[in-house]
Amino acid sequence: MKSIEELKAIKERALKEISIRENENKVRIVVGMATCGIAAGAKGVMSAFIEELNKRNIQDVTVSMTGCIGICRHEPIAEVYEANGEKTTYIKLDAEKARRIVAEHIVNQQPVIEFTIGAAEK
Amino acid sequence: MVCRSHILICNGTGCVASKSPEIMAKLNEHLAANGIEKEVKIVKTGCFGLCEKGPIMVIYPEGATYCHVSPDDVEEIVNEHLVKGRIVKRLLLGDKDAEDVAKSLENVGFFARQQRVALRNCSVINPENIDEYIARDGYAALAKAVTEMTPQQVIDEIKKSGLRGRGGAGFPTGLKWQFAAQEVNDQKYVCCNADEGDPGAFMDRSVLEGDPHTVLEAMAIAGYAIGSNQGYIYVRAEYPIAVQRLKIAIDQAREYGLLGKNIFGTNFSFDVDIRLGAGAFVCGEETALMTSIEGKRGEPRTRPPFPAVKGLWEKPTILNNVETYANIPMILLKGAEWFASIGTEKSKGTKVFAVGGNINNTGLVEIPMGTTLREVIYDIGGGIPKGKAFKAAQTGGPSGGCIPAQHLDTPIDYDNLIALGSMMGSGGLIVMDEDNCMVDIAKFFLEFTVDESCGKCPPCRIGTKRMHEILERITEGKGEEGDIEKLETLAESIKQGALCGLGQTAPNPVLSTLRYFRDEYEAHVKEKRCPAGVCKAMLNFSIIPEKCKGCSLCAKKCPVGAISGEIKKPYVIDTAKCIKCGVCMDSCKFAAIEKK
Repeated sequence: MKSIEELKAIKERALKEISIRENENKVRIVVGMATCGIAAGAKGVMSAFIEELNKRNIQDVTVSMTGCIGICRHEPIAEVYEANGEKTTYIKLDAEKARRIVAEHIVNQQPVIEFTIGAAEK
Repeated sequence: MVCRSHILICNGTGCVASKSPEIMAKLNEHLAANGIEKEVKIVKTGCFGLCEKGPIMVIYPEGATYCHVSPDDVEEIVNEHLVKGRIVKRLLLGDKDAEDVAKSLENVGFFARQQRVALRNCSVINPENIDEYIARDGYAALAKAVTEMTPQQVIDEIKKSGLRGRGGAGFPTGLKWQFAAQEVNDQKYVCCNADEGDPGAFMDRSVLEGDPHTVLEAMAIAGYAIGSNQGYIYVRAEYPIAVQRLKIAIDQAREYGLLGKNIFGTNFSFDVDIRLGAGAFVCGEETALMTSIEGKRGEPRTRPPFPAVKGLWEKPTILNNVETYANIPMILLKGAEWFASIGTEKSKGTKVFAVGGNINNTGLVEIPMGTTLREVIYDIGGGIPKGKAFKAAQTGGPSGGCIPAQHLDTPIDYDNLIALGSMMGSGGLIVMDEDNCMVDIAKFFLEFTVDESCGKCPPCRIGTKRMHEILERITEGKGEEGDIEKLETLAESIKQGALCGLGQTAPNPVLSTLRYFRDEYEAHVKEKRCPAGVCKAMLNFSIIPEKCKGCSLCAKKCPVGAISGEIKKPYVIDTAKCIKCGVCMDSCKFAAIEKK
């Protein structure tokens, strides 16, 4: 170790790795992973969320799973919970849609209205 | 690869003993069976503190804390929590129905009242991964010291913080460093005392197991402050997990150049080696410890000269305890004022206690100095099992003493404990209830010092032996008039005449129990009675005929066949055959057996 910069670089890298263990005031993406969700392709959706967040170096968003949300006809479903508890429900997702949600909703704070349950049920 | 979930599982000695390695193996197996082994990371950590509820497992991002996890629970945890995202509520620690599982611990007094400084990384990071330590500001204090501060500024900061030695005696750490820094010598040493020997104490072990890098970093800072390039950690060989993790930590730090030559591109070089102790209690005494590092028989010598002047190989040396070192990086990072704002006027910061004995939450706690014993025992410790009455708490191990119930509300700090006739010690805290005999407790500690006396000086070698003989007599019901006074005279002579700290403090358990529980000693000597019903020689078991239903259960359980009688008629105990084991009393469903 020849400089403080080197230490800082290791710190940044390692923080990314362990930031999942700090769960205060975070945005959460919850993917429905019951039998219905998995059959409809929820696994690929979840991987896409994780990869895209990772690629963009976003650390204050966690991805977790939940069971059947109860509207199996709309699977794969994911819910985005803001730090203030507000929830947006996205339906009939695929990997591409997941990547757009990260870009538009998480990064630009603009929910992707066309993928939401509200848009479909109109 | 960033994982979607981290499983933290305690790998402290306690949880390892209750099968955490087996749980990890099963986790790997079930994760692989579900094809999610790459999405989930298993992290082994140091002690969470609540050893009573171990093995403990925390799953992120949900922050769900599971307790008493057994290998049989693993399949359910993987299938429910990790595959389906459903919390396994029955295993949750704390509020099992909490809306937000991360908050289930909010009302658990054990965690709510603690403040973790020395234990800040224990149970949060993987101790075998230097990167996780660095992520939590590890080695930043060392970087700050060697690149931005002069050695004197480091010493001044430690002095200003008010940090006192956590090994027991409470000597100001900054002052100790100052003395060693003042010495002019081409070679100086930095030593770490990890020879934790008090019965029931495991604070240092937990720090070494959970956060070994903090000790290495602090030793390097100490080396910079006093002008030393070599450190030694003296740790007992009975701590294999701690030794193993220290070795890994030293290798990783060397690989990163955080130990070795020209640290952070400066002229400062420092390295650390481990020396294993064979487990002799006296080797925790500073001069004996250094003699042992030198490869000789671990015996103490007279002071002065103090180690800061002539220590290891006659060179200026500082020796600090593990927990003392664990505080150092935080003092440099957060400032002396921050540290001095915690605690009482003369005792700053926090103290780690290993709480054991008759208490519900056996485990490791870190509290601000000035917390009362009542808070530690009732709020954090969860009180005494079976609703029994608190009798006394023993602090300071064989060098300390007892604190009785009337002093439960005394704030814990160095000076208050000394005033009560006990001492802070390294942090062992053994809780005793109404069923403990204080004479028996004193005898236990004396027996320990008799065994552990190195034999170099007669007051300790012969004096403690004589005291132990008197105590044995008293507990066997053969105490004579004048025995208590003899104990007191011997105690005073040993305190004045012994060579080292071990001998000088050896009579303390007797003196302190005599101070608060003299009546118990007198009952043993004069009335040949043990008020707590512990000393077997003075007990007789008998069956109360009015209460006995003649069920014959006690007769069947008695290992020596001392109980006889006819079914449905009162049984009797043959006291000549009885070995006073108490099995009959424990098995009787009608409380028909009494001991007097």
